[in-house]
Amino acid sequence: MIPGSFEYHRPSSVQEALGLLAKWGDDGRAIAGGHSLIPMMKLRLAKPAHLVDLRDIADLKGIRADGNDIVIGAMTTQYELIGSNLLVSKIPILRETSLQVADPQVRYVGTLGGNVANGDPGNDMPAVMMCLGATYHVMGKAGERRVAAREFYQGAYFTALEAGDLLTAVRIPMPPAGHGYAYEKLKRKIGDYATAAAAVVLTMSGGKVASCSIGLTNVAETPLWAEEAAKILNGSSLDAATVKRAVAAAEAITAPAADARGPAAYRTKMAGVMLTRALARAKSKAHG
Amino acid sequence: MNDMTPTAAERAAKLEGLGCKRKRVEDIRFVQGKGNYVDDLKLPGMLYGDLVRSPHGHARITRLDTTKAAAVPGVVAVLTADVLKTVNLAWMPTLAGDVQMVLADGKVLFQNQEVAFVVAESREAAADAVELVEVEYEPLPVNVDPLKAMAPNAPVIREDIKDKTDGAHGKRKHYNHVFSWQAGDKAAADAAFEKADVKIREFIVYPRVHPCPLETCQCVASFDKIEGELTLWGTFQAPHVIRTVGSLISKIPEHKIHVIAPDIGGGFGNKVGAYSGYICAIVASIVTGRPVKWTEDRIENLSTTAFARDFHMDVEIACTKDGKVTGLRCYTIADHGAFDACANATKWPAGLFSIISGSYDFPAAYCLVDGVYTNKAPGGVAYRCSFRVTEAAYCIERAMDIMAQKLGMDPAEFRMKNLIRREQFPYTSAFGWQYDSGDYQTALKKAMEATNYTKLRDEQKAKREAFKRGETRELMGIGVAFFTEIVGAGPSRACDILGIAMFDSAEIRIHPTGSGICRLGTKSQGQGHETTYAQIIATELGLPADNITVEEGNTDTAPYGLGTYGSRSTPVSGAATAMACRKIKAKAQMIAAYMLEVHDDDLEWDVDRFRVKGNPERSKTMTELAWAAYHEVPPGMEPGLEAINYYDPPNFTFPYGAYICVVDIDVDTGMAKVRRFFALDDCGTRINPMIIEGQIHGGLTEAFGIAMGQEIHYDPDGNVTTASFMDYFLPTAVETPHWETDWTEVPSPHHPIGAKGVGESPNVGGVPCFSNAVNDAFSFLGSTHIQMPHDHWRVWTAAENLGLHQ
Repeated sequence: MIPGSFEYHRPSSVQEALGLLAKWGDDGRAIAGGHSLIPMMKLRLAKPAHLVDLRDIADLKGIRADGNDIVIGAMTTQYELIGSNLLVSKIPILRETSLQVADPQVRYVGTLGGNVANGDPGNDMPAVMMCLGATYHVMGKAGERRVAAREFYQGAYFTALEAGDLLTAVRIPMPPAGHGYAYEKLKRKIGDYATAAAAVVLTMSGGKVASCSIGLTNVAETPLWAEEAAKILNGSSLDAATVKRAVAAAEAITAPAADARGPAAYRTKMAGVMLTRALARAKSKAHG
Repeated sequence: MNDMTPTAAERAAKLEGLGCKRKRVEDIRFVQGKGNYVDDLKLPGMLYGDLVRSPHGHARITRLDTTKAAAVPGVVAVLTADVLKTVNLAWMPTLAGDVQMVLADGKVLFQNQEVAFVVAESREAAADAVELVEVEYEPLPVNVDPLKAMAPNAPVIREDIKDKTDGAHGKRKHYNHVFSWQAGDKAAADAAFEKADVKIREFIVYPRVHPCPLETCQCVASFDKIEGELTLWGTFQAPHVIRTVGSLISKIPEHKIHVIAPDIGGGFGNKVGAYSGYICAIVASIVTGRPVKWTEDRIENLSTTAFARDFHMDVEIACTKDGKVTGLRCYTIADHGAFDACANATKWPAGLFSIISGSYDFPAAYCLVDGVYTNKAPGGVAYRCSFRVTEAAYCIERAMDIMAQKLGMDPAEFRMKNLIRREQFPYTSAFGWQYDSGDYQTALKKAMEATNYTKLRDEQKAKREAFKRGETRELMGIGVAFFTEIVGAGPSRACDILGIAMFDSAEIRIHPTGSGICRLGTKSQGQGHETTYAQIIATELGLPADNITVEEGNTDTAPYGLGTYGSRSTPVSGAATAMACRKIKAKAQMIAAYMLEVHDDDLEWDVDRFRVKGNPERSKTMTELAWAAYHEVPPGMEPGLEAINYYDPPNFTFPYGAYICVVDIDVDTGMAKVRRFFALDDCGTRINPMIIEGQIHGGLTEAFGIAMGQEIHYDPDGNVTTASFMDYFLPTAVETPHWETDWTEVPSPHHPIGAKGVGESPNVGGVPCFSNAVNDAFSFLGSTHIQMPHDHWRVWTAAENLGLHQ
């Protein structure tokens, strides 16, 4: 449980960090809160020769409104997400989700950027970002590019990030006022990854679903955006029969691994149960 | 005397003796981070050891090359089995009469088995070098299923004893067979089953779990080449046993071995045995002439040192149609892993498993246990229970529920009808144990009243109806468990470890100013011995508990003892403490008589002093007598005031308890939420009610973990898939239910102060209570037994199999 030796760098600007990452290529790794990377290093499953710690880069912190979007710096901690009045009023599902990430000690240090960039299917935020239609700001050799969360995840720990890239911020379009939301997570204990979890954001109009988006956590190699399931629900009153069809569609795109949380078939079913419950709760919160 | 003279009650209260909720004195250092644990120890020139472990569950080693590892800067030595053979230590004897590889000798028999030991100037260098030890393996067929271990063509686990027809406990049936052990009267039990009106039979598995102490196993070995002496600091629940075994193995004379167990961060049975890391650190220190530290990490702890349970029990109960039990039979396969390193009293390969008739009046009973070898880690320790008692308690408590269900009786009512009655004590069970004392019906009745049991059943009935009508997706389960422990090993006629009788000891010295020190052969791992032993002395000698230092764990200063496990400290060393006090008190009485110029018999004890009968104004306090013992003893008497006692208990003690649990199960996720848990314990005389309550809370939390989520799981290839807390369920305070506790107090008649031991009761009684609650939730649908652990997916699967997800 002792990592291999590495050199530690602590740049104070994004440009400096990018320079270091470019210099060391595959031998370098950016480190944010470290809650995914450090355990991997202790097990020597990851052996970066150079660690580039992002904690001193002021530009990577903070939560701000930008037109109809909210932009969150990658180094913003889960704890800071929980405490943000702006988020509570505009995108409250982030607070609800953050409170279900790991435990308080981890949340003081764990960051949003690390959570979404690492590509761990067990992380909670990626599915929520897919649900919200977020975009990631990525700085690389060719300057900044923006990648939709829904396009970002390619496999377990494989993302659209390339060597030398740095995820600097997360841009989230504010859902309409009066939207309903819920993040339902089944877990065995505090700090555990989800057995299955479902994020729902929806708007209602005249008792019918006007818009709906669904993300699923830890039931495939990547977080999932359940597009088909949402389509089925659109225009419905979330009646039992339609919900059942949507749940079946969501379950159909899952491909979970079996682990101590249960066999694959169980985890698929739990994705369905979490979705059913998230829909009901989101509906109860929606106005309109 | 005047109004200012303290009353006897006031003087007694000041002593903080028996019954006082005295704050734990050891916590002063623990809560400030000032404990002194093995890993805190740093010696000049100390080296660090780290183990290379097998990635395979079963494989032949075709090549082992340490050249590259040895070349890492800072690496001082790399030990392999071949190196250990030069000092005849490639294998070591186990406490169970088997032998075990210290480092893999030709093949590996379980995943993460120790293969090589790297010794370096730093932990980092050792870890780097571990990666560079080159080992080539030729995988062999793996068996991790104990039920297949004795199949005709099962993989041979132990080539070294393949052709041995006799084991440590008699004839072997198969090359993977460890032992057969039986108890009770088979013919009588068979006859009971032939005549029975009603019979049940169930296959009940108690999965492999792990004690998971917060602090893992570790040691520092320091060999002094000039003096030829070895000092060994380590996480040892039984330091003297380690010294004796160490001397027998290493041939270093026992007086030249100094074993020191400093503060220990939890043991629960995990720290009883001798592990490869210890032996390697000792050999490395002898080879290098420098101190060597070995520290286990969490994965190593969970996957290699001392699992518990793994009992597979085929149990039957015979009964009359009106609900009186008449017979019990149980056949068990015990999975011992690759080596029999089970920690039991040597004559008892299945421990005290024949306590399986539990708290009930079974006229006839029989059990047979077969131990087998598999490609799993060795161990089989008494994890917070006396040897194999929790397996027995789980089995009988589940079986009693299943019989009640078949009879259509309420499980509490069925138990009430069959509990051993107060007037039957001392009661000899069908297995021959003499239960010393108890009032079982009163305990169960009290628990039922406290929880409003009848009302709970009414509520459950209503909920079941609502469930059937589709109005709720929640099921309510009520668990009842009544357990009897057998602890305090133990009487020398029954118990020994490698021939050493399982007595224990206390040595007390009272200093001239009336304070003193007590040294014991036990070793606290968090139980609060420094607090509780002093309370026994306070009451026995009339000296304030604060004036007594309690010291354990140093074999040079402590009297010989067998250590702390199996709830034996209070029953055995607690008794030794009281007996040593009584020797001191007898001497003090003679001194008092001399000083007061009366006959010994004219004195009577009064809380903290001897006074003259009929003339209480004339007295000598124990503090005064301590001073006198050092300057005016009666002519002919030796000065000083100290005593030692080695206590060989006449019997075990039998703590018991009645537990009731309520769970609400979400049928759609399988999540079982514990709504309520009530634990009533009888541990005889209560030394420190606050510590008892703490023990109950801790043990119940462990029981909750075991019942609701724990299993050390191996896949068919022999990979252990639950070797970290990411996968192995260890509950936090958030998941842990609220505990309600209560007690009755029936003192043990043969113990000097009537105490029975308590630390393990909640683990023993808690597990069946949780499990019975979950099972009870589904029983009205015809389900008889759902295997543990009752984690979400298994409970969901049970519901699925009952067709509840349509």
